[in-house]
Amino acid sequence: MHRYLPHSRKDIKEMLDTLQIDNIEELFNYVPDDARIKGEINLPNMLSECELIDHLSSIASKNKELKVFRGDGAYDHYAPVVIDTLISRQEFLTSYTPYQPEIAQGTLQYIFEYQSMICELTGMDITNASMYDGPTSAAEAMFVATSSLRRKKILVSNTVANRIKDVVYTYAKFRDIEVEEVSDDNGLTSIDDLKSKLNKDIAGILVQNPNKYGVIEEYSEVANLVHEVGGYLIDYVDPHTLSLVKTPASMGADIVVGDGQSLGIPLSFGGPYVGFMAVGQKLMRKLPGRIVGMSNDLEGKRAFVLTLQAREQHIRREKANSNICSNQSLMALYVTIYLSLLGKKGFKEVGTRSYKAAHYLLKKLEETNKFKLKYDLPFFNEFVVTTKVDVDLLNKELLNHNILGGSKISSNEWLLCANEKMTKKDIDDFVKIVGGL
Amino acid sequence: MKYYDKLIFELSNEGSIGYSLPKDDFSDISVDLDSSLLRNDTLDLPQVSELTVLRHYTNLSHKNFGVETGFYPLGSCTMKYNPKINEYVASFRGFRRIHPLSDESLVQGSLQIYYEMEQMLSELTGLDAFTFSPFAGAHGELVGLMIMKQYHLLRNDTKRTKVIVPTSAHGTNPASAAVCGFDIIEVPSLDNGRVDVKALKEVLSDEVAGMMLTNPNTLGLFENEIEEISKLIHDAGGLMYYDGANLNALLGYAKIGNMGFDIMHINLHKTFSTPHGGGGPGSGPVGVKAFLKDYLPAPIVDKVNDKYVFKTPSHSIGRISGFYGNFLVVVKAYTYLLSLGKENIKNVAYYSVLNANYIKESLKDEYELPIDDVCMHEFVFDGLKDKSTGVKTLDVAKRLLDYGYHAPTIYFPLLFEQSIMIEPTEVENKETIDDFIKVMKQIAKEAIEDPELVKGAPHHTPIRRIDEVKAAKKPVLKFKDIGKYD
Repeated sequence: MHRYLPHSRKDIKEMLDTLQIDNIEELFNYVPDDARIKGEINLPNMLSECELIDHLSSIASKNKELKVFRGDGAYDHYAPVVIDTLISRQEFLTSYTPYQPEIAQGTLQYIFEYQSMICELTGMDITNASMYDGPTSAAEAMFVATSSLRRKKILVSNTVANRIKDVVYTYAKFRDIEVEEVSDDNGLTSIDDLKSKLNKDIAGILVQNPNKYGVIEEYSEVANLVHEVGGYLIDYVDPHTLSLVKTPASMGADIVVGDGQSLGIPLSFGGPYVGFMAVGQKLMRKLPGRIVGMSNDLEGKRAFVLTLQAREQHIRREKANSNICSNQSLMALYVTIYLSLLGKKGFKEVGTRSYKAAHYLLKKLEETNKFKLKYDLPFFNEFVVTTKVDVDLLNKELLNHNILGGSKISSNEWLLCANEKMTKKDIDDFVKIVGGL
Repeated sequence: MKYYDKLIFELSNEGSIGYSLPKDDFSDISVDLDSSLLRNDTLDLPQVSELTVLRHYTNLSHKNFGVETGFYPLGSCTMKYNPKINEYVASFRGFRRIHPLSDESLVQGSLQIYYEMEQMLSELTGLDAFTFSPFAGAHGELVGLMIMKQYHLLRNDTKRTKVIVPTSAHGTNPASAAVCGFDIIEVPSLDNGRVDVKALKEVLSDEVAGMMLTNPNTLGLFENEIEEISKLIHDAGGLMYYDGANLNALLGYAKIGNMGFDIMHINLHKTFSTPHGGGGPGSGPVGVKAFLKDYLPAPIVDKVNDKYVFKTPSHSIGRISGFYGNFLVVVKAYTYLLSLGKENIKNVAYYSVLNANYIKESLKDEYELPIDDVCMHEFVFDGLKDKSTGVKTLDVAKRLLDYGYHAPTIYFPLLFEQSIMIEPTEVENKETIDDFIKVMKQIAKEAIEDPELVKGAPHHTPIRRIDEVKAAKKPVLKFKDIGKYD
């Protein structure tokens, strides 16, 4: 017997009697002999619960938990403990996609709340129940643009992070979509290069805000230019920055994507995070994935239900806009509870604090005369400095103090990130370490 | 408890907060963004206290049905128990608080999980290498098909633009093939529910890139001509793709690679006990035979001189996710595998198949069994046997909710008009299953004696049947849409 396998010998015997067979093996007669596992399978022996805890603790201890001054697509932010308490409830954690709405109102309603919040943050009309992560959302946004406009080419600004660009390229390659890069001009998307590349074959342009250098770009002009040729502005945003920064909607974005990880989701070595995609009214029926709508039941009670399903793979099969089925629903709940706890005031406060911490960090670094902001442009909580000291050396020394330094852009360019958890002392200590090198 | 239907926004109380931050040290720094960059839109997030948030979401949770609430025989979804120990270890700080862009030497634990998980999955499936980058089953399908396409293209075999999919396949199969730029050829099923091999032969050509198949198929039946099918596809120059949604039936019993499959995905959130989370996060690792190893997405994990390292395969399809997939989900699946160990793994296949056959045989007098054969881990009824009452599959499903069960999967596969797809999994004991059988028989009886009772179900759930037409015709998709059509 095993604690997950409750069949007693007596149970098995009775069940076999009902089936009028002598042993379970007879149920597997169709399986070809060559496919069967013969003899003992080469897996580890089972571990008891105590042994499991010891074993996994020992593996976890081979990872090094550090104070993080690195961002680059994954951000260390404060998250209230209550979130974990709530998302661990089995009713949320273990349930399936809410296909039986009468017993899944909990899931359906939080998705509705999540949709409301994503629309509020981005200023867009409609969003879905979540995507996988930011980069795959960007790739799917490209499909929304190319398929709804029946065009086979998109532009990507060179100020978009490689990690996002690479995923977009992979998806594009296999669907015969051409991707062309728009160069960057001192930390910003080059308007001249964009103008030279725009034409009526272009389905849209993918941009990022803040961009890969941490710079906040104002995309209204890019939006106007791409709209002139009938294309879409696809804006990849860090939602954390929308606490203070102008919404993508007000810059003219048609499709907004990004990763909700910066809304307090633990770093978790890269996942699970949660991608999002939001669009304007006109693209409602092109949006991939599940969408929850509000209605009522036959007694008139407010009720939530999956809606507009005619877009999806289980109905449209090969004609669907996207193949997405499972998404990252529980992480959407994470984000919903995070934004509820922080609320209107806290979300702005967290944004302001992480903005201030980063600007203090820069100020202190510049005071050492060893670091200089690479692009003298507005940034939020992430920025690039140039330095004469080798970046590898800086990161190595920081590691001796249990700090994960910034990402290396080149041997003398360093992408640093600060957040609302940091105190002045944390930053002063950091600067003291690197200032002495 | 009293009915609860408030939205979090409706609980908002000016000034309430649910967080705490350290004292603001940075009063000498101010936000000096130019007004052209500053947000001037409203930001109407709720203002609620910590306890208000706890009560709100706890109340919402009461309207949900989870695996610990009761029996969840949702076909194709493998709703087995999600062990608590998995959640516990995945919450270790050494897993949760690790930045994905840390140097390899700082994340040897994470890499060890990936490396050892790959070895165990290889042993279980007979495929040689795995990637954990895909986030879900459908994402795995897409990645597998990209590998298939890349393989043909790099051999300059550019004519192979078509993928064969059985009519009984999951909807994601043709959708994934289309997203990967393939055309789809559908092959029909025979009366015995298996792929029509004769029809398959007729569509084979040098334009076929490969075939996607799930085995057991979506009817829960084993494709007993699998060896012949694989041979036909291979002889035509194509590759075989295995949709791992139904792997539970064969876990520890048979190797997928030994049936001729070249590429497969696994749903860790089905077969390997990680929770579905109301729709995700899942994890859809993709496995390949050795000759396709170099096409896997970047990066993969390898072991060199006792150190774990990231590598980019030489002909990689490229990057398909931001980092390395849903790492914490892989930690949970890893824990599950070790908690079963080699001693117990085969019993997953045994008991899931035993349970399914037992239910099928016990209910076939009341429910229409269109294909009377030994099933694997699940099976499909075509509605009630007595069709004269007008009680449909939807009604039976809704009536089950009244009795405290989750409904089976309904109206899939599309081969029958009134499909009810039941998958009990191995974790349910005979007592639970006997109770379920009793209730299913009771519903069949009610359908004859009081059909309106069943047609009006559910009666005892938090809400009753929903006006779905209204939801689609007048979409209210966010809080601020409420009242839009008044």
